[in-house]
Parts: sequence; structure tokens; C-alpha cells
Amino acid sequence: MEDRIEKRIELKAPVARVWRAVTDYRQFGEWFGVKLDGPFAAGQKSTGHITHPGYEHLKWEAVVEKMEAERLFSFTWSHPRSLEKASYSSDYSKDPKTLVEFRLEETAKGTLLTVTESGFDGIPADWRAEAYRRNDGGWTEQMKNIEKYVGGNR
Amino acid sequence: MSEGTGKRAMGRKHQADAFAALGDATRLKLVAKLAGGRPHSISRLTRGTRMTRQAVTKHLRVLENAGIVHRVRAGRESLFRLDPQPMIGLKEFLNQVSEQWDQALSRLQSLVEREGESGENRARTGDAWRA
Repeated sequence: MEDRIEKRIELKAPVARVWRAVTDYRQFGEWFGVKLDGPFAAGQKSTGHITHPGYEHLKWEAVVEKMEAERLFSFTWSHPRSLEKASYSSDYSKDPKTLVEFRLEETAKGTLLTVTESGFDGIPADWRAEAYRRNDGGWTEQMKNIEKYVGGNR
Repeated sequence: MSEGTGKRAMGRKHQADAFAALGDATRLKLVAKLAGGRPHSISRLTRGTRMTRQAVTKHLRVLENAGIVHRVRAGRESLFRLDPQPMIGLKEFLNQVSEQWDQALSRLQSLVEREGESGENRARTGDAWRA
């Protein structure tokens, strides 16, 4: 399936510890690379900005969906259309929203954390094609690589 | 050659086909026309262009061979539908997202496995939380 991303990781830490790391807005911020304006609360908007080096120009905008203690934490967020500064737009209203879910399960070793991000299929077809229509360096650069690749294989 | 390497090579070959097919202004225009999601007939795709029906057919065949468009039957007519799957733009985006998750989760792992609770306490009183 191309429209969702799923990651599973077993952590050598108790469920309670992982739950705090995922839902405490400061701890979340530390590993996710975002400076959040305030705590997460179900049904509430969460704002902030990305702190990951090179991506500081990106805003963080999410709505917390579910917070089921030590089981499930989920939010929808506006996935920026492009992470590159050149084509970045701070208007996220037209960008696709994806759903991110964190599921926690106790295991013998600690905690199995399953993260899924879904909803990429909601990206409209014309949005996808835009990557090709865009006449910027990205595409031109790609085409050069392709030519090189295709050329080298004939 | 290991199985993994073979698979990757095949993936790149497929990608190269898609790229090669898209490396043409006319075909990019056809893709743009089909990007709305609705399948179109050859006549429809030819209309408003200076191309002959044969030329459009030829270009569509290249896109079809690369898996970018699929032919669907509608009565006596063939309609062409865009298959967004080989579109590398989206793929790249997803790969990027996937990679970012890997990196983020590895940071999460360091955080929660760092000397357990004492690590958490230290993090709480550390500079990171003062801002």
C-alpha cells in the first residue's frame, strides 16, 4: 500500500514511560523536533514550529484526535506540500491532512510502539501531477539524473 | 547478487522507465490532462492540440508501457486513465516522510531508553526544558 506509512518499534521502557514521551508536549517536541506552544488535549488544536535544523521555517499545525491513556494517541496534521524553502508556502489550508496514530502495547521487553500515518491517498491527483508541472530546479535536476541513468543503461 | 540487490535494481529500472516516459513535453501535457482523475479518450486528448491521433496514440503507448496510464474499455472506445502510483513525486514525498519517521523514532528510543526514568528526570531539569 502506498497511501500509508507504518512503523513498529519495540522499546526497552515501560508503557507509562513511552506514553509520557509521546504525549507530553515537551518530550514529544524533543524527539519529534518541534517546539509546541502548549500541552496536547483531545479535540484541541496544537500549534508550534519545527526545530529540526534546516526546517525551522515550517509551522506545526495539528488537531489532537484521541488520547486514550497508555493505549492510543492520535492527531491529524497538515503535511507541508514541500519541505524545501524555495517552494514552501505557510498557507497549509489546501495541503492534505494526514492522520498520525501511536499505539502502545506492553511486551515482555517493554513497549511495542506502532506508528501509522495515513491519508496520503487524499492528496488530489492534480497535486501529485504538480510535482511534474513545476518547472523548478527539482524537476530539472531529476530529469538530468534520469537521463544519466537511462543513458548509462543502454 | 543478493536477492535484495536484485529487487532494488528492478525498482530503479521501473523508475527509470517512468522517468524516461515523462521526459517529453508532449507526454507531460497528456499526463497533465489526465491528472484530473477522469479517463479520457484519444479523440478527447487530441482535441485542441496540433497532434495527429496517431501521434497521441504513440505517446500514450509509451506512457502505458511505463505504467503511468492504463487503458480502460468503454463500449467501443478505449479510455486512458492516469495511474498515479509510478509518479515519483508522491513516492519521493512518502519516502521522505518514512525516513523522517525512522529518524524521529530513533530519537524517541534514545529518550525513553536513556537510563530509564532517571534519564527522563535529567531531561526535565536540563537546558532543553528551560526555553
